[in-house]
Amino acid sequence: MAAAMDGPAAPLEGAARDKVFQRELVTLIPHLRAFARTLTGDATAADDLAQDAMIKAWDARASFQLGTNMKAWTFMILRNQFYSDKRRSWRSTQLDQEAAERTLVAVDDPESPIALDELRLAMSMLPYEQREALILVGAGGFAYEEAADICGCAVGTVKSRVSRARKALQGILETGAYDRDGREAGDAMRSILADAERLSAIR
Amino acid sequence: MDERRKGAAPLDEARLRQRAIGVKLRQMFDDVVNEPVPDEFLDILRRADKQTGEG
Repeated sequence: MAAAMDGPAAPLEGAARDKVFQRELVTLIPHLRAFARTLTGDATAADDLAQDAMIKAWDARASFQLGTNMKAWTFMILRNQFYSDKRRSWRSTQLDQEAAERTLVAVDDPESPIALDELRLAMSMLPYEQREALILVGAGGFAYEEAADICGCAVGTVKSRVSRARKALQGILETGAYDRDGREAGDAMRSILADAERLSAIR
Repeated sequence: MDERRKGAAPLDEARLRQRAIGVKLRQMFDDVVNEPVPDEFLDILRRADKQTGEG
């Protein structure tokens, strides 16, 4: 589709440029939703956040250089939006971390498989900076360098956050260090291992 | 040297677990990516686009 874009073409302007920009932005919506879902842990809040980020990106389209990494650019916008929203509600978040964690989990699809549920729950227990680093690199398809740009920190910082996040996740999943009545510690890790095995057998 | 030998088996086990977590993490993310995008998104974008055209 974008095959004929190589070479020095006349720079796009006005409505034609907007159209190209918009088309690419639309393809990124599913990814913005997914990133927002990981940050907020709540489907409704995530879509609000993703919509805000989408509009912010649209409003700032003139400052975006077509042909550069729009996914990373929009993720950065979304992330900044998330933290500025959160700063505004910092007080309440800080006061009732436990309730926040319950909310993060409560909205999840009750039909979703156990392993995914547990993973979401475990993710929600990680500090935001670790969570975002892990999701960008581990699921979003970003290189460490790109993730560092998105988060506005050094590459080494991203690496250490990802590594700490991985260790912490494993720890949480293995010890069952979350509030889940009636389930034996270690069950989550077992079901994740079994699931991963099944998935890799299919692929 | 001995320590390296001793550590070998648990290390593999740890790697296996990390890989499994990685697979699920991607699945968790991709599940949302593959959801149909709510109409609201395109409506909002369309409205913003129209505003630009008028302004």
